[in-house]
Order: sequence, then C-alpha cells, then structure tokens
Amino acid sequence: MITLDSLTKSYDDHLVVDGVSLELPSAGVTSIIGPNGAGKSTLLSMVSRLLGVDAGTVDLDGLDVHRAPSREVARRLAILRQDSHTPARITVRELVELGRHPHSKGRLTPACHAAVDAALARCDLADLDRRGLHELSGGQRQRAYVAMVLAQDTRYLLLDEPLNSLDLVHATALMQLLRTLSDEHGTSVVLVLHDINYASVHSDRIIAMRDGRVVRDGTPEEVITEEALSDVYGAPFRVHHLDGDRIAAYYR
Amino acid sequence: MRRVVLALTLATLGAAALLLTWGVDGHWDFALPRRLETLAALVIVGAAVAVATVVFQTVTASRILTPSIMGFDSLYVLVATLIVWSTGAATALAMPPLALFALNTGVMLGASLLLFRAVIGDGTRGLYTTVLAGVIAGTLFSSISGFLFRVMDPNAFDVLMADLFASFTSIDTTLLAVGAVVLTAAVAGAFAMARRLDVLALGRDGAIGVGLDHRRTVMLAMALVAVLVSVSTALVGPVTFLGLLVANLAYRLTGTHRHGANLLVAMLVAAVALVLGQALLQHVLAFNGTLGSLISLVGGVVFIAMLIKESRR
Ligand SMILES: Nc1ncnc2c1ncn2[C@@H]1O[C@H](COP(=O)(O)OP(=O)(O)OP(=O)(O)O)[C@@H](O)[C@H]1O
Ligand SMILES: [Mg+2]
Repeated sequence: MITLDSLTKSYDDHLVVDGVSLELPSAGVTSIIGPNGAGKSTLLSMVSRLLGVDAGTVDLDGLDVHRAPSREVARRLAILRQDSHTPARITVRELVELGRHPHSKGRLTPACHAAVDAALARCDLADLDRRGLHELSGGQRQRAYVAMVLAQDTRYLLLDEPLNSLDLVHATALMQLLRTLSDEHGTSVVLVLHDINYASVHSDRIIAMRDGRVVRDGTPEEVITEEALSDVYGAPFRVHHLDGDRIAAYYR
Repeated sequence: MRRVVLALTLATLGAAALLLTWGVDGHWDFALPRRLETLAALVIVGAAVAVATVVFQTVTASRILTPSIMGFDSLYVLVATLIVWSTGAATALAMPPLALFALNTGVMLGASLLLFRAVIGDGTRGLYTTVLAGVIAGTLFSSISGFLFRVMDPNAFDVLMADLFASFTSIDTTLLAVGAVVLTAAVAGAFAMARRLDVLALGRDGAIGVGLDHRRTVMLAMALVAVLVSVSTALVGPVTFLGLLVANLAYRLTGTHRHGANLLVAMLVAAVALVLGQALLQHVLAFNGTLGSLISLVGGVVFIAMLIKESRR
C-alpha cells in the first residue's frame, strides 16, 4: 500500500496540490482522472519521488519514498512520465534493458534478459527491438517506454497518460495488459487517463481531481455518473449503459 | 565496434611510430627521449579531453557543449593571470614548476567545480539557459583577464603568455609524470561509471525512476570532468574544440549510446588526431607548437556548422 499523507505542492503562491491524503492499494487498477492542470502529474511525480514535496509524506510499504535510497524505491515502484527524454543512438532493446538497472546495475543476468524479452513481447515490439528509438513513430516510442517500466518488474506501476499517441487497438491492448498484470501478477497499477471510458471499463477504482484536490474517489459505478463527471469537469456529460459498461458521452 | 577499435588502435600505433622516427638522423639517444615525452603528453592529454567531453555532454544532454565552450578556457586564462599578477613575474619564474603546477591545478579545480555547478545546476536547465550562463561566465572572466593584462608589468605579461599557449613539446618531465598519474586515475573513474552514465542519458526523471542517485552521479561526473580538464589544461594550455571534434566523431563511429564504447573510441580518435597532427606539423608544414591553433581552426568551423544545423531543427 502507498499512503499519501497531506501532500502539498505550490509554485509561487499557486497551490497545485492541496493537502491530498490517499491510500493507493497494493493491487488492482486505479485510475486518476481530471481536467488539464488539476495536479494529476504533480501528484504522481511526488508519489514517485521525482518531485520534492512542500509538505506531507509518501509511505511505500513502510519505506519513506523521499528518504529511502532511490534504488530501493525503484525495485518496488516504476514510473512512466507524461514526456520522456530520449537518449541519442539508443535501440528499443537497449532502452528496455535500462529498466533492469535497479536489479542489475547494468550487468544483465539471465533473469534480466527474460524480463526484457517478456516486456518487449507484451508491448508488441519484438520485431522492432533492434531499431533506434529515433526511427520509431510516436506511438511505437511510447510503447517502448511502457516496455521499459514493465521490465523493471515492480509491485507498483505508476503511469502518467500511458495511452498518449497510441492507436485504438494498441490503447485497448495496453489497458488489457495492465488489467492482466494486476489480476495475474498482483501488480498495483495507478494511471492517469484522459479517456474516461477506458477508466470506466478497466478500473477497480477511480480518483477524480480538480484544482489540486481529490473531489471524487470510488468505484466506476460511483464516479462515472452524469452528476459526478459534470462536477469534476464543469461541463455536461451523458452516461450510457452498454453491455454492462458505463460509457460517458461528451462529444456534443 | 571491434573493428573500429582495432583500426583506431593500429592508426594510433602507426602515428606514434611516425612521430617517433620521422626525420631522426643519427642522434637517436637525443631525439627519442624528447619525442617519447611529446608522444606521452599528446596521448594522455588527448584521452583526458576526450573523456571529459563525452562525460560533460551526457550530463548536459548536448552534443555541442564542451567544458571549453562553457567558459572553462577563459577561466583557465583568468586563474593563470591572477596567479602571475598576484605573485609577480619574478616569483612565478622562480617557483619550482611542480609548485606552480599544483597551485594552478588546485585553484582551477575549485573554481571549475563552482563554475560547473553555477552554469549547469543539476542538469535540468534547458540548452539555451545553459549556453547563456556559460557565455556570460566566459565573457566575465575574459574581461577581468583583459583588464589585468593592461595593468600588469610587461615582464609578468611575457611569463604569462608563455604559459597560456598550448604546447605539447616543452613539458617538464616531472609535471608530465604527475599529471599522467592523476589523469589516468580520473579516466579509469569515468570508465568505472560508464553504466551509470548510460542511465544518466535518460534525463533526471528517467534516471531517478530506475533508481539512480541522480545528484550524486552528476556531482561525481562533474568532479571527474573538473579534474580531467584542470590537469590537462595546466599541462599543455587550452585546446579549445578538440573535445567537441573527437566526441562527435566517436559518436558517429560507434553508433551506440553506450559509454563504454564512446569513451574508448573518443580517446583513440583524440590520440590519432593529436599524434598525427603533431607529426605532420613538425615535418610537412615545418611549424612548431601550433597544434592548438590548427585544432581551433578545424574545430571552430565544425562547431559553427553544428550550431547552424541544430538551430534549423
Ligand atoms: N514547473 C512548474 N512551474 C510552475 N507551474 C507548474 C509547473 N508544473 C506544473 N505547474 C502548474 O501546476 C498545475 C498542475 O499541473 P499538472 O501537470 O500536475 O497538471 P495535470 O493534472 O497533470 O494536467 P494535464 O492533464 O494537462 O497533464 C498546472 O496549473 C501547471 O500550470
Ligand atoms: Mg499531466
């Protein structure tokens, strides 16, 4: 379990995350939704120690995330950022191998190679593994970054908008993959999503943020409602029931 | 990769043989020791500058920036000027070479660490902020040195000028030995952290994400760079643009992001370029001690070409 205790962050008097306290479960798929600028990425960056906190603590199964050795944290928690920096002249496989750093410090073991191969296959990259990252399309590159955090093989997987620039088929495949990881390997997946219908269909729990605060927190049945969504986004929503799923419409 | 390394190693050996034997008529016992010293200086300084540049470029996430370009050379001039100015020409000349070298290097080391920290921060500033900070620092140092040149007495100025121009042919043997030991240790240190440098190329967030102690790694890398450039500059004077040339050539030759490969190949490229350049200069062009200016000419053109290419992106 990851316990967030009154996390706070502001940029020059502008309060971006406002005393958020939460418990992120040690299993299941948890989606974070909310409008642009709500503070979702800031929250995830603080939970994953990429960003220092102004106040509050993050406890990861008894480990103070901001005090513990970075490598300890990296063996339990992997983070995919909204935008990643690409090293020059690196191949897809080499990038995914860097995900093994917390375990191997760069000297890959047979277990590492197995994890890398599995991650590449899961992200449909087995055929592209020798390609340079700069020779890929935006969606292929995004999948390579996802494969890198998968290869890290952690209990907690934090993903900031992992569906960015993926086509419909690969987006759905990735959501199914995350669901499988959670169901079969007991991975706890926490992800920021803009497509609320992916959140609705694949999540166990949905956390909605607005103006740096958690304004809704519950099952898809509780959060994907016309009233709740209109409140979170400040715009009208329709929610339809299709084959047992709750599908929100916001196109008109 | 193997073939590149093999070819470059052979080229280095060939160039070395050329430098050692070309045009020696008879007086081997006189020529050989002096030429061996020059060869050692070229190889050691080349390796140090190459390694320093590759590491520096990873920390700054840039293929254009080098310690020299980021104000290091003007800092060196300033430190040397301050030392001669404050001790006076007579004292500077009377000082044992090793003491002057140690003073020069020590002050440089401290000052360059401060400079790098001020200019680079933790490596998360954008290219333009970094370049701007480097240019401002460089200009500041140059203007202070320029002012001191004017108020300095002419004897001290002469001593200083002799100190400031890159020269591989007139190095004190003791200094060379001491410098070689320090530089070899620093180069070995860089190779020891090659895998961490690979991870550092992911950028701050990516590196922390896979468990790298980012702050410590950047500090360590910059300390190595500071040692490498301080000692090599104190030995032979500034060779601006050498690092830029050899690092970028090495990236092309290896085609990989791995630092193990890039460090090694950059070192070999530097050795070939310097040794061959010196041999040719001495015999074909019959110049002496102007290797630095030749490098600056070629490197300057490449630097401007790279800047133009980068700005068109
Ligand atoms: N480095 C920064 N300096 C100043 N303000 C920042 C900085 N980073 C984020 N902000 C501000 O903090 C607020 C929250 O940003 P954050 O990136 O957390 O939003 P988000 O919910 O992830 O939005 P999006 O859906 O667009 O990704 C925004 O108003 C943003 O402008
Ligand atoms: Mg965001």
